[in-house]
Amino acid sequence: MQLKRVAVTGMGAISPFGKGVDILMESLYKGASGVTMVPELKTIGGVRSHVAALVQGIEPGAIPRKHRRTMSKMSIYAVLACQEALTQACLPPECLFGGNMGIAIGSTVASIDTLQKFFEDYLVTKNMEQMRSTIFFQIMNHSCASNVSQALGIQGRVIAPSAACSTGCQAVGLGYEMIAFGKQEFMLCGGSDEFHPLATASFDIINAASVGYNERPSQTPRPFDRDRDGIVCGEGSGILLLESLESARRRGATIFTEIIGFSTTSNPKNIADPSAASMETCMKNALSDAGLKPQDVDYINAHATATIRGDIEECNAIHEIFGEHVPVSSLKGHLGHTMAASGSLELIATINMMKRNSIIPSLNLENPDNLCKNINLIQQMETRQIRYALKNSFALGGVNSSLILRKYENDK
Amino acid sequence: MTNDEIIRIINDSLIKEFELDGKKMVPEAILYENLELDSLDRVDMVIVLETAFKFKIREEKEIRDIRTLGDIHNFVINKIREIERIS
Repeated sequence: MQLKRVAVTGMGAISPFGKGVDILMESLYKGASGVTMVPELKTIGGVRSHVAALVQGIEPGAIPRKHRRTMSKMSIYAVLACQEALTQACLPPECLFGGNMGIAIGSTVASIDTLQKFFEDYLVTKNMEQMRSTIFFQIMNHSCASNVSQALGIQGRVIAPSAACSTGCQAVGLGYEMIAFGKQEFMLCGGSDEFHPLATASFDIINAASVGYNERPSQTPRPFDRDRDGIVCGEGSGILLLESLESARRRGATIFTEIIGFSTTSNPKNIADPSAASMETCMKNALSDAGLKPQDVDYINAHATATIRGDIEECNAIHEIFGEHVPVSSLKGHLGHTMAASGSLELIATINMMKRNSIIPSLNLENPDNLCKNINLIQQMETRQIRYALKNSFALGGVNSSLILRKYENDK
Repeated sequence: MTNDEIIRIINDSLIKEFELDGKKMVPEAILYENLELDSLDRVDMVIVLETAFKFKIREEKEIRDIRTLGDIHNFVINKIREIERIS
């Protein structure tokens, strides 16, 4: 069976920097931080981390009430990001209908905020008479994917992969495979998440959240840095429109990149501990899927959330395969960890780096950890031709995913 | 409470809940067609009215026959007058 080539022809982003890919890239290139101190976190007993990267400056009212009523913030982010991706792709409206377009959009969990509001009433009253009909649609696990399909009128496959921090990357990978196998002509793919203190608390309780920079929020997280102390939770949505290369060429679309390799694997040894060996397998499988050798890769956008152990494990895995020369950076220092959105948001940034031939350095990486010095960590903006890039996402629960991008050169 | 006061409370509650255009809040407005409400809204409309008037109407058979905003006005006015009579 001849697999189809897969192109990225549209991108949309809702990030801690606001609405749109332009503001995302402008902020990343100027080394801005989306992390702020969140007063609410200071009021919660047992939560030591008071920082987060929250979405600013969006207008949910742009979505008609009939669709918005069933959305929590994560679905609103996803719909706005999808709209931007579709606009950028200049896709004729008829492409959305008739089943040619599918959706693979997931979140870490459904809306905890909506659940909290429900239980605040229910646990006091033991009564469900005040329950709105729209609550279920905000707490079902496929809330984002389903709300996007309803809001945009998409009739193809709707799947909602959920693999915590791997979700965005995995969703794009699944979309890539669906198009490669000819099951869908177009796929809107990515991850979306909304912030809730439970996310911060979940990392804090396992000593993986940043707790030492509450008064200096822009200085954390610190991927690969000697003084890193953990994750900063964030929110947002990153959406990519994928389509077959032949479709993109046929309609004269701008092709931003090709996706040529994907792997997702499990580390069953421990549900919480990162494993270099497992990460290595995932990256090797992605290289194999792409038909590439390690020396072909020009840039790696790391998962690197700034946990003590996770960054070291990823460095060791990268070193084992690629040695010490391939440039590596992480965008968590700018964006925090946007959870399910992180893989796809950072993928969008990677695609733009390939387009601009320049690598964004890891923010807050001032003194590389001795145990992370075995790879080429980028600390200054670096101009470089990026023909092939690799993107990693590794999740609690032991789910790894890696994607490989190829710059589209219209050459073959 | 006068009929006008009841109607005002109904209209204000529905406008707020369903982000309706106040200019469309005429008695002859058909819920599905003119106010663009649907089956989910109809469920939530009952909760909105129960909250606004502190009564229980979910099991009332007449609710199923409501088509227009005027039908809601009449239903609620009748319900409130019935409660007043009983008490």
